[in-house]
Amino acid sequence: MIPDVFAYERPETREGALALLAEHGDEAKVLAGGHSLLPLMKLRLARPSLVVDVARLYELSYVREEDGFVCVGATTRHHDLATSDVARASAPLLAHVAGQVGDPQVRHRGTLGGSLVHGDPASDLPAAVLALGGTLVVEGPSGRRTIDAREFFVSFFEVAIAPDEMLVEIRVPSNPGEQWAFEKLTKRAQDWAIVGAAVTRRASGVGVALINVAPVPLRAAAVEEALAAGAGADEAAQLAAEGTDPSSDFNASPEYRRHLARVLVRRALQKAGF
Amino acid sequence: MRVTINVNGTDESHDVEARTLLVHFLRDACALTGTNVGCDTTSCGACTVLIDGQSVKSCTVLAAQADGASVTTIEGMASPDGQLHPVQRAFQECHGLQCGFCTPGMVMAITSLLRENPEPSETDIRHGLEGNLCRCTGYHNIVEAALAASREMGGAS
Ligand SMILES: Cc1cc2nc3c(=O)[nH]c(=O)nc-3n(C[C@H](O)[C@H](O)[C@H](O)COP(=O)(O)OP(=O)(O)OC[C@H]3O[C@@H](n4cnc5c(N)ncnc54)[C@H](O)[C@@H]3O)c2cc1C
Ligand code: FES
Ligand code: FES
Repeated sequence: MIPDVFAYERPETREGALALLAEHGDEAKVLAGGHSLLPLMKLRLARPSLVVDVARLYELSYVREEDGFVCVGATTRHHDLATSDVARASAPLLAHVAGQVGDPQVRHRGTLGGSLVHGDPASDLPAAVLALGGTLVVEGPSGRRTIDAREFFVSFFEVAIAPDEMLVEIRVPSNPGEQWAFEKLTKRAQDWAIVGAAVTRRASGVGVALINVAPVPLRAAAVEEALAAGAGADEAAQLAAEGTDPSSDFNASPEYRRHLARVLVRRALQKAGF
Repeated sequence: MRVTINVNGTDESHDVEARTLLVHFLRDACALTGTNVGCDTTSCGACTVLIDGQSVKSCTVLAAQADGASVTTIEGMASPDGQLHPVQRAFQECHGLQCGFCTPGMVMAITSLLRENPEPSETDIRHGLEGNLCRCTGYHNIVEAALAASREMGGAS
C-alpha cells in the first residue's frame, strides 16, 4: 500500500512549519512520528497534498520541570518520555503509559503530540494527560494559547486545534509522590485498549480517565465525586460507566465495555491505594 | 526528491517520490531485499530495521523521514568477512527460525533491544518482541536466541 502523491517539506524551524500551515490550510498535514498518519495515508483515508515533517524540530523534543509542571515538547517520542528521568520521577503515570503504547518500534517513532492530536478514543496517552489534569499549548499565526485537556477532545477523532495551528507543548502538574495506576485490557500484546483506565491520586484530588468507552477519552466524573465524598474503591467503581457511550465492534459490545470500565476502574483504584 | 541515507555504512542517494516508503527505498532503490514486507500495516515487524540504532517498522516510515540518517538492515549485521553477528549466530545455534520470513525483523528488533537493555530477562525479551510476529516457531527458541546473544555479547552490546 502506497500513499497518494503529496509534496513533502521539512522546515527547519517552528516558524517555518507554521508559515507552511498558514499558507496551505487544511490541504496540509503535520507529520510527526507518522504512526497514525502514514497508516491512514497508505489506506488513502487521508490524502494531504502537503506533508509538513516536524519530527526533526528538536526544539520541541524535551521533558523538563518548570514552575511545578512537567513540560513535554510535542515531538517527544513515546520511548523518550517513557525513559525520561524527569517524567519517571515527577509524572510517573505519564512515563508508564508512554511505555505501554504499542510495541518498541512504535514507541521509537510515535510522539506525544501526535497521539493527542490524532484524537483516537482508544489511545492511551490522551487518557493519562486527562487524568493528570494536563494543559496543551498550541501555537498558530496569532501566537500561543493554552487549552485544558478536558476541552481538547471534541468528538470522534476531532480535537480543538485549527489547521494552521501546531501543538507545541503538553504540561501536567509535577507530582513526585503520586500514587497512580493504569489498567488496559487488550486481546494481543501490541493492541489498543478494548477499554482502559488511568488513575492518579494526589493532595489536590483524584483523576480518573477512561479509554475507549465514548467517542472521546473521558474523565469519570461520577467516580471522582464519589471518592471525594468518601466512597471506597468498590462503591466508586460501580459508577464508572456513568456518562459513557461505548461503541460496538468485533472486540466488545457496549454492555461489555461498560462492565470493563467498572472492573478496570476498581482494579486501578485499588492499586492506587483506595 | 533526492534522499540520501547511510545504509549499512554506505551512502545511498536516490531520486524517489516523496511517498516512497523506507522499505521500498531499501528493497527497490538499494536492492537490499533482506528486509521483508509481511503485513504492510505496522503489525508484524518483518520490515524492522534500525534508524540511528533504534528499531522501526520500515513499512511505516517515509524514506524522506530517514534522509540524512543511518539505517542498518539485516545485510549490515555480519562483518565484511562474512562472520555472523552474535544475534544471527544465536538464531542459528538455538534453532530460532523455521521458514525464516520473520527472522531479519527479529534480529534487528533484538539488536535494538539489547542496545537498550544489555541484560534482559526472559520477560523483558517477550515484551520487547511484542511488535514482531512469528507464525512458525512459537517464539520459544527466538527468546532463547535473544538470551544467548545477550550472554555472548557479555551484557555489553
Ligand atoms: C502498530 C501500532 C500500534 C499502536 N498501539 C497503540 C497503543 O497501544 N496505544 C496508543 O495510544 N497508540 C497506539 N498507536 C498509535 C501511536 O501511539 C501513534 O504514534 C500516535 O497515535 C500518533 O503519534 P505520531 O507522532 O506517530 O503522529 P502522526 O501519525 O505523525 O500524526 C497523527 C496526527 O496528529 C497530527 N499531528 C502530529 N503532531 C502534531 C503537532 N505537533 N501539532 C499538530 N498536529 C500534529 C498529524 O497531522 C496527524 O493528524 C499504535 C500505532 C501503531 C502503528
Ligand atoms: S510489514 Fe511492516 S510491520 Fe509488517
Ligand atoms: S520462522 Fe517462519 S515466521 Fe518466524
